[in-house]
Amino acid sequence: MNISRRQILILLPAAAVAWKSVLAGTPETASNYTMSDHWWGMLIDIPKCIGCGNCVRACAMENDVPDGHFRTWVERYHVSDEDMTNPEVISPDGGKEGFPVAEEDSKKYFFVPKMCNHCADSPCTQVCPVGATFVAPDGVVLVDPKYCLGCAYCVQACPYGCRYIHPVKEVADKCTLCYHRITKGLTTACCESCPTGARQLVDLKDPKDPIHEFLKTHPVQVLKPQMATGAKAFYNGLDGSVR
Amino acid sequence: MSGVEGFMYPNEYGLQWSILIVLYPYITGLVAGAFILASLERVFHVEAVKPTYRLALLTALAFLIVAPLPLQLHLGHPERSPEMYFTPHSTSAMAMFGYVYLWYLMAVLVLEIWLDYRREIVLLSQSSKGLLRVIYRIMTLGSSNISERSLAIDNRAGWIVTVIGIPSAFILHGYVGFIFGSIKANPWWSSPLMPVVFIFSAMVSGIACVMVLYMAITKLRKQSIDMRCVDTVAMYLFYVFIIDFSLEMLDLIHRVYEADESFRSLNFLVHTQLYIPHIVIQIFLGTLTPIILLGITQVVHLPEVVRKRMYATAGCLTLIGIFAMRWNVVIGGQLFSKSFLGYTTYKIGLVSKEGLLVAVFLTILPLFILWALIKLLPPWPANTAQAPAAGD
Repeated sequence: MNISRRQILILLPAAAVAWKSVLAGTPETASNYTMSDHWWGMLIDIPKCIGCGNCVRACAMENDVPDGHFRTWVERYHVSDEDMTNPEVISPDGGKEGFPVAEEDSKKYFFVPKMCNHCADSPCTQVCPVGATFVAPDGVVLVDPKYCLGCAYCVQACPYGCRYIHPVKEVADKCTLCYHRITKGLTTACCESCPTGARQLVDLKDPKDPIHEFLKTHPVQVLKPQMATGAKAFYNGLDGSVR
Repeated sequence: MSGVEGFMYPNEYGLQWSILIVLYPYITGLVAGAFILASLERVFHVEAVKPTYRLALLTALAFLIVAPLPLQLHLGHPERSPEMYFTPHSTSAMAMFGYVYLWYLMAVLVLEIWLDYRREIVLLSQSSKGLLRVIYRIMTLGSSNISERSLAIDNRAGWIVTVIGIPSAFILHGYVGFIFGSIKANPWWSSPLMPVVFIFSAMVSGIACVMVLYMAITKLRKQSIDMRCVDTVAMYLFYVFIIDFSLEMLDLIHRVYEADESFRSLNFLVHTQLYIPHIVIQIFLGTLTPIILLGITQVVHLPEVVRKRMYATAGCLTLIGIFAMRWNVVIGGQLFSKSFLGYTTYKIGLVSKEGLLVAVFLTILPLFILWALIKLLPPWPANTAQAPAAGD
């Protein structure tokens, strides 16, 4: 076969791109897990959260989250009826060790657990220059740590502050929805450790999942809906002051 | 948490993008602006700026060579950066960096410089000795034909490259603006005006940079400054600056008048942490002062020595002001929480990977590269004094 120098110049980069795509592969899953059968999300029932910090500790332990960084955290809101747009919010060490005793006053208090919203139209995956972070076919937003450049563009693009650069691995890191667990039929570490059931892993593609009935019968909202990210962390009882 | 005021999301305490990311748009802006100045002579036949033509091209090249270094130093895994060439993510503005950079470096700047200098390169490859001879011979790329016809073809090709280069320079820097302007999560950045503001501020900084360099180098060479040239460059700087300032004020007025949910946060920042870099350095010192100085030279006939000093002052202040603008965009955009309920501070290291010393080194490195380029490819005929322009 005669290949000209011109053809080689065209074929070599094309072959390199094809080979990189082959090497990119797919996320590790259990053998009986079919990604396209699921569309994962999270239900967060704000009135049930007591701010114990179990979820933050469980997440940190399960996923070896470095100190000072958070895949999930809990915020405590202290809102006066006179100035709802300017709430006092605290999250000491992400709420990992709970919260100080609140002063008794006329204002309202409540806790808001936060985590990656696993957005269907996620701005973080949109901006990644190499596609190292992506929405898996089951709706979970993941990062390939062997591919990430560590440019932090995704951290800037996340409206919810859910991402960080891992101080040791120097790549973007975030909640994986405990992918290593849910693909084996388990629930997430945060859901399992929550004493009140304030967090529930939901599968929107499973017709038997109670989330469908819950969404029909409760006033459910997502964080920052104006961002139009297709967030899949659904909040029950979300106060208008929550950012 | 020290340095934090109010409530920040717990992952927001530290800034993700440091002074090195401030340098990147600053440097690419100088590249784009210098090239636009060069194109004035080549494409638009503004003969007065001819003494700066080659200097502008070499300045653009010197800064463009350094442009990727702050990005590489910033990356957690710089060894993976070639992935942007192999598997660019089609929806990412940043993914285009490698291609835009290579296109601009190889298809525009290097090609134009080579075409413009080819005659000198061939002659130098024949007259120089030793290592320089080898370097020049390599630079000829095996073509030693400098006949009239051949040079005419070079000239025509150089013109075409410059015509292509003008939109390329806009893309090079406009896309940097788009990287910031397209982040909807950050109201300080998210604006369709951002790429346009970046393009005009790039032109301002590039023109000011070449003007200051031309005056400084001519002084060092003990030659007389071509005042007709500097007057023309200063005139273009003045008008582009007016457009740039108008766009920035339009953006500011729009934000103040609209006063959306982020306004209270941004307003607080501008009156506290960003007061010095934004209000004092960027707007008053780096924008209004040079505009006033340049404006005076446009309406009042001043002696040559006064004009020179005013241009030099205005040029230096402009460069400081545009750097402050990049600082306020990059650093300022990370000082407030996306919850709009708190603020953090930027602590710059001195000797760290992204510290002050590295930033200073990267800022002056292009000047050393420019010195080497001027030695290799002299922009002016050797030892020929330029006569002062008539009437100056």
